[in-house]
Amino acid sequence: MIWETIRLAIQAIFRNALRSILTVLGIVIGVAAVIAMVTVGQGSSDQVTADVAKLGTNVLMVMPGAGQMGPGNNSVSAALDIKDVEALIDQLSSVRTAAPYNQTSLNAVYGTEDTRTSVAGTDTRYLDVVDWPIVLGRGFLPTEESSGKAVCIIGETVRQELFGNTDPLGEKIRLKNVSCEVIGLLEAKGASSFGSDQDDIVLMPITAFQRRVTGSSDITMIYAAAATNVSTDRTLVDIEALMRERRRISDGEEDDFNVRDMKQMASMLTGITDVLTGLLSAVAAVSLLVGGIGIMNIMLVSVTERTREIGIRLAVGATANQVLLQFLVEAIVLSMIGGLVGILSGLGLAAVASNLMAIPFSPDAAIVAIAFLFSAAVGVIFGYFPARRAARLDPIEALRHQ
Amino acid sequence: MADTMEADAPVIELRNISKTYGHGEAEVHAMDGVSLSIAKGEFVAIMGPSGSGKSTAMNMIGCLDRPTSGDYLFNGVHVGDLTKDQRAILRRNYLGFVFQGFNLLARTSALDNVELPLIYKGVPAAERRAQALDALAKVGLKGREHHDPSELSGGQQQRAAIARALVGSPQVLLADEPTGNLDTKLSVEIMELLKLLNERDHITIVMVTHEEDMATYAHRVVWMVDGRVERDGPPAEVFNHERHSA
Ligand SMILES: Nc1ncnc2c1ncn2[C@@H]1O[C@H](COP(=O)(O)OP(=O)(O)O)[C@@H](O)[C@H]1O
Ligand SMILES: [Mg+2]
Repeated sequence: MIWETIRLAIQAIFRNALRSILTVLGIVIGVAAVIAMVTVGQGSSDQVTADVAKLGTNVLMVMPGAGQMGPGNNSVSAALDIKDVEALIDQLSSVRTAAPYNQTSLNAVYGTEDTRTSVAGTDTRYLDVVDWPIVLGRGFLPTEESSGKAVCIIGETVRQELFGNTDPLGEKIRLKNVSCEVIGLLEAKGASSFGSDQDDIVLMPITAFQRRVTGSSDITMIYAAAATNVSTDRTLVDIEALMRERRRISDGEEDDFNVRDMKQMASMLTGITDVLTGLLSAVAAVSLLVGGIGIMNIMLVSVTERTREIGIRLAVGATANQVLLQFLVEAIVLSMIGGLVGILSGLGLAAVASNLMAIPFSPDAAIVAIAFLFSAAVGVIFGYFPARRAARLDPIEALRHQ
Repeated sequence: MADTMEADAPVIELRNISKTYGHGEAEVHAMDGVSLSIAKGEFVAIMGPSGSGKSTAMNMIGCLDRPTSGDYLFNGVHVGDLTKDQRAILRRNYLGFVFQGFNLLARTSALDNVELPLIYKGVPAAERRAQALDALAKVGLKGREHHDPSELSGGQQQRAAIARALVGSPQVLLADEPTGNLDTKLSVEIMELLKLLNERDHITIVMVTHEEDMATYAHRVVWMVDGRVERDGPPAEVFNHERHSA
């Protein structure tokens, strides 16, 4: 009997295909939105995790400023100094190596080509900290670093933008009013968790950067790598203690600097993604509810429209429960079809979006199952009231209905 | 029910049945003390002016409705005591309906329409199909099983409706103005079919009609006026009387 009822329901659904499509549209959109949102959210979380793994979980950042968030909050606290970098390396056994890192955004010009890019002043040790190989040319020479010579190492994107596929080595690019010789090319890294392009970068010696770009001897950030076999947490504590000492912060006073490891950065980032995903999913859940009300509405209209049909069924001997079951199953089958279509289009949407955002496509079986069950539940809940109304019709009244 | 029935006990027995619609000023006595007994194998035509309570009587006999007062015994069972669902089960097992408006499910093949009562009876699919095909053949719709109602003529639609009424081998076939929407030639065909079913298959038939020509196919005419049975007898007798009194 139940298979018969399901068959009848499918028959009724296809007998009125257009109305069925309109009925489930809300469910389809709701489910598709939830699935797409969660899948893309999961993908970007995975991306952050992968990025952090790539960057090395043993990397730490030191920034001036007492705020919870990273750089930018350094207006009141003293800047860092190149001596801080040397102190970290010399005095802490838990720090393998460290490097200064000042960064700004500038136009890079070569001939008629022109691109806005991220320019960072640092030294060769930075490439060691973040484990970033040079694939063409060489790194900064000690003499170049000490003399502040205008030489630079460029990322893959900058090369593409300015040089196309020609050899950039030995060419001169202009950054602001500094003419800078290209001496190396970094290995391509791809997009970061923010979707920002890590290869869109120009590195120059920190001395040259300070003298010619910012005109200040301040250092705004230090990258440090923990020594092998030493935990980042341990290193973090060491760095904090040393920095407090160097900055003469007395006991009981708060830090006027920040030390963060990449794990913290990662959880901060995934935290933001999670909150966003949660918010958007809540919006999508509301649209599912609206979709359910849509189903109920159209089922009610359908019951009215099909009053005569119900009358015929009752006249030939259908019991109230058989009619109830028929309409209920119709609503459930309908919303499950809607759920299925929604899941497929949501996954399709997520696949396209993931591809565009260059993040992994991470479908989650649990979420798919939940969405499917949820849409079935919507059918039960919102289909029951119209079905009961159909079942309670009086056969004579129903037959008389035009 | 049928097993315990005595040989000459009536299939249908209305005892002083009244059916009232509305209250106070708007009160309508659609049936007003109707007593009527129909035996197995009879072919009865209910006639009378419009609004005289014929359809109400048919709905009562068909167990679609319950009386306001009086008793209705179907095969000796008090229908007034049955629940809505029990009446549905009684309908599916013992009664077949044919309506004036054909009342086939739209966009549903003749075969599926005819299978409908068997689905609710829980007959397995293969057997259901066989019985439905058989019923369609009986009413002369062989070869049209897969046509939708919209692809059938009026006469063919009514044949399909009769097949649907027949398919569960009911004891009683109820037809409310079965030829009301058909021209004379098709009406005669339908009446011949009902007559055949009555004579060959011994199905009890109760039919409402406006037309004397159609009523002459019946053995007995029940003439209703204002919710009451005014005459009851063989067609010739009742018509003769009506002509004289008119
Ligand atoms: N559901 C109803 N509500 C109110 N009045 C009704 C209803 N059904 C029938 N009637 C009234 O009962 C009377 C008999 O109706 P009906 O049995 O349909 O007559 P017939 O079939 O002989 O034309 C009519 O006056 C009709 O208006
Ligand atoms: Mg009538």
